Amino acid sequence: MSFGFNSNHLMFLLQGAGWTLVLSLMAFVGGGLVGFLVALCRVSPNRTLRYFSIAYVQLIQGTPLLILMFLTYFGLSILGLTLPAIVAAGLSMTVYVSAYIGEIWRGCIQAVPRTQWEAAECLALSRVQRMRLVVLPQALRIATPPTVGFMVQIVKNTSLASVVGFVELARAGQVVNNSIFEPLIVYMLTAGLYFLLCFPLSWWSRQLEHRLLVTQRIEVSAI
Amino acid sequence: MTYKFDFTAVLAQWPLFLQGAGLTLKLSVAATLVGLVIGTLCAIGRGSHNPIMTRACAVYVEAIRNTPLLVQIFLVYFGLASVGLKVPAFVAAVLAMVINIGAYTAEIMRAGIESIHKSQIEAAECLALSRPQIYLHVILRPAMERVYPALTSQFVLLMLATSITSQISAEELTAIANRVQSDTFRSFETYVVVAMFYLFLSLLMRGAFWAAGLVLFPRRRKLGTPL
Repeated sequence: MSFGFNSNHLMFLLQGAGWTLVLSLMAFVGGGLVGFLVALCRVSPNRTLRYFSIAYVQLIQGTPLLILMFLTYFGLSILGLTLPAIVAAGLSMTVYVSAYIGEIWRGCIQAVPRTQWEAAECLALSRVQRMRLVVLPQALRIATPPTVGFMVQIVKNTSLASVVGFVELARAGQVVNNSIFEPLIVYMLTAGLYFLLCFPLSWWSRQLEHRLLVTQRIEVSAI
Repeated sequence: MTYKFDFTAVLAQWPLFLQGAGLTLKLSVAATLVGLVIGTLCAIGRGSHNPIMTRACAVYVEAIRNTPLLVQIFLVYFGLASVGLKVPAFVAAVLAMVINIGAYTAEIMRAGIESIHKSQIEAAECLALSRPQIYLHVILRPAMERVYPALTSQFVLLMLATSITSQISAEELTAIANRVQSDTFRSFETYVVVAMFYLFLSLLMRGAFWAAGLVLFPRRRKLGTPL
């Protein structure tokens, strides 16, 4: 008793893919902003800030995203807020992404050669100037490939927003499957759509990494 | 905010939580061990001279790394059932986790294998070591030593990812949490407790991997390079 897969189902899945993109973008922008702060705190000369950010990162990286989703979802309702699922999902994705991307960017800031910091110090630049004019522009170049690579993780992890009732691609797949019960076709198609979203990012990240390696090699040989 | 936090009802369920944590750990260890073997084989296959083998391994790795674990779990569990292979949720969970972690391990191990200098292998050939001996002693062990930190943090991430198997009702920690919260109506408290469990498990795993590293790679200890 199968009703088969038709274009309506496909449209529903595509719509879900659209929401996956929206949530990914929210997570990347929000997580990027908070993550940037986390990265700055991690390399801060202030010990309290440093320990606080380490604790934050350890706490978030030691908890599954699924649990974070539930905590945000139920925590917000305790606060008396009945927010739409996309806010709860966006908030927990922001927290999750900030902890991981903060660590990635911390590594990139620390990967800027020590001599650059010292040179900036010799030019009597203040700490803010040193960061803004010398370290961050160089860190940005190192950070691009891993950041694009991490975007793949973000897109994939938005699938967990389905547990708080947000209808993105994975949830759309579940809904379609529940109505026609063709798990193999439906989930293959869902996986295929995710692949179409993620693979270009993976490929781009690899390209960027390759280019970075080449430029570094040229710089080294020039010295 | 008028909400009163009450952990007593949740903490009264501690045997259930312990049981769930045990299953999470069992799932993680099983997936880690089998995944390590599959990943290593796949990494070797990707560096082989047979183009079909190389391509097949590349397709496997890319397909898995670019799709979410949740969809993979659904595919394994419901997909297998729809072709007539009805497997229990726990088996499907282990299978999906193994397939998933295999691809990630393969990429990490490949990086390690590529970092082994060609002259090392040539030297081993000159010493008349057999192919399996070369792989075991000259390539794999130093390769693993080099990527050990990346490998272990991937395995900790895998442990956290086992929470997703609750979606097909494998009775691990998160599924237990879902059950407890629907019994006690203390949802927030339940997930706080479970988050602490996961935190403890990840610290435990990191400690265990660190200790295992000291035993497995004594050379590193002698050289004084931190794990």
